[in-house]
Amino acid sequence: MTSLIASDHKYDDGDKIDLAWVPSIDDLPRDGLVTAYKIYRITNDGAPVEIAELTPGANSFRDEDRELDSTYSYYVATMSDGPTVESNRTAPMQTEREWLNLDRKFMFLVALILGGAIIYFIETARRGKKLFVRRIAGLEAVDEAIGRATEMGRPILFIPGIHDMDDVQTLAAITILGRVAGQVAEYETKIRMPVARSLVMTAARETIKAAYQTAGHPDAYSDEMVNYVTDEQFGYVAAVDGIMVREKPATVFLLGAFFAESLILAETGNSIGAIQIAGTARPAQLPFFIAACDFTLIGEELFAASAYLSGEPKQLGSLKGQDVGKMIAMIVILIGVLAVTLGDGWGIQVMADLANTLKMIFSGS
Amino acid sequence: MKRQVPLFITFFVGTLLILSVFIPPMENLGENFTLFFDIIAVFAFFLGGGNLLRVHFKKLSKKKRDWQYSIVTICGFFFMLAAGLFKIGNPGDIASSVTAEGSLFQTIYTNMFVPLGSTMYALLGFFVASASYRAFRAKNREATILLIAAFIILLGRTPFGTMLTVWIPDSMSIAQIPNLAIWIMNSFNLAGQRAILIGIGLGVVSMSLRLILGVERTYLGDDSA
Repeated sequence: MTSLIASDHKYDDGDKIDLAWVPSIDDLPRDGLVTAYKIYRITNDGAPVEIAELTPGANSFRDEDRELDSTYSYYVATMSDGPTVESNRTAPMQTEREWLNLDRKFMFLVALILGGAIIYFIETARRGKKLFVRRIAGLEAVDEAIGRATEMGRPILFIPGIHDMDDVQTLAAITILGRVAGQVAEYETKIRMPVARSLVMTAARETIKAAYQTAGHPDAYSDEMVNYVTDEQFGYVAAVDGIMVREKPATVFLLGAFFAESLILAETGNSIGAIQIAGTARPAQLPFFIAACDFTLIGEELFAASAYLSGEPKQLGSLKGQDVGKMIAMIVILIGVLAVTLGDGWGIQVMADLANTLKMIFSGS
Repeated sequence: MKRQVPLFITFFVGTLLILSVFIPPMENLGENFTLFFDIIAVFAFFLGGGNLLRVHFKKLSKKKRDWQYSIVTICGFFFMLAAGLFKIGNPGDIASSVTAEGSLFQTIYTNMFVPLGSTMYALLGFFVASASYRAFRAKNREATILLIAAFIILLGRTPFGTMLTVWIPDSMSIAQIPNLAIWIMNSFNLAGQRAILIGIGLGVVSMSLRLILGVERTYLGDDSA
């Protein structure tokens, strides 16, 4: 083989090097003498390391996951039944980081379509167009759950998961808390919120305080409604279980990021006869909530809850935009299944190419 | 102003972090912002610790129900704080790690805290049994399907399941209970999980945009968009 060229891959994060060469004259489709090409990399003038073995006919290779501040040099060994022939080493080179990562162009496109659809529907709703959003049973039950606690004269327990404010699930829980606290203030019911993170405590207090002010009952608010327990997972569970058993809340909200504690909390809530509304974006915990709670917000419903409860056209518009994403996903899945079945199963090349293209577009690159 | 500043920060940081995914020189921004958050969270710990003490001192002073437990909490808090802060019993000097083997902090952690945590975790075994009993009662068609699938998977994960269907020839291996369990997990379960994950992904995008654009303001204690 001849003319080995190593060049920096353009428009990337500075982590790829492209190699190209002219295959050996003995590399023929039939009865060729070449058995393989072995690629070697020399990092910072160190010892050569074999990084890949390619089949005959190959004339390019992309070396990924390189570092910006290292120098790289390459050579290719042509393997045959006879002696191994090594190419010249390329000059040591460094990768370059560009201002735009075009490797992520499809991700950008998908994000643009999704973001565009959401913003379009928010604007449509802002202009006054009525949008239909399907009924979510778990959220329809929020009123009933708060009403039940009021009638029984027992508190409402709100658990926002065990993650901090940097988790979007906790953020979703806090936005729902705002809506719940508004009703709690109106009904003059008691709300209790033990938390596992200090920042969540601060954010929750602000949210409840604002809800009480909006409802016209600022005096009824107390900082004691929200209290910090511990960051430790099972210490927190022990404290919350204790509160449940001692205070017997009529309603328990379990909304946010939950792990192994999900079932312990939900089963304790179930044992005291509380009406329980749970929701998380962790698929592994959903079966536990479904088994032990009265209503469960599955994944996206947790994020839709605040918008749904607000009833504001603008917020509902964003849910409609989300549906566009779902429609795209459904269409792509159907086409993808068809393309893989016909391409790989029946050997239709066009469909195999289509399947590969879809994989490339939606694999995050 | 109280609302405008946080809204502007949310918009600015949110937009910057989205752009950083596509602009390589900005890629470290995400990590940097995580660091900023950690620093803020450390300061917030004083709020949390302070609140914990206030709640329990109040309970103690007013002799509220079960006030005796507050003594345990307060003593435990200060004892662990002292053990960690002054590195009591640390084999090295004050500069050694707080979790060094043999230190009082580590000894209490290993011999008291870990077993207590494990005790709470062990409750899960009983709760799984009670929750499964309720979930798997064949009260309607869906619950019956769930019961059958769960039974196959439970059996498929035990040596007894393998033993029961070992006589089925390899040409019909899908009918062997362990393979049937794998098929249910890899086909129906995985498909369902992926559908939920796609929904979650879209939900996160939608919620993030609502926050960045200031349409959702409840977390700031403001209901008016």
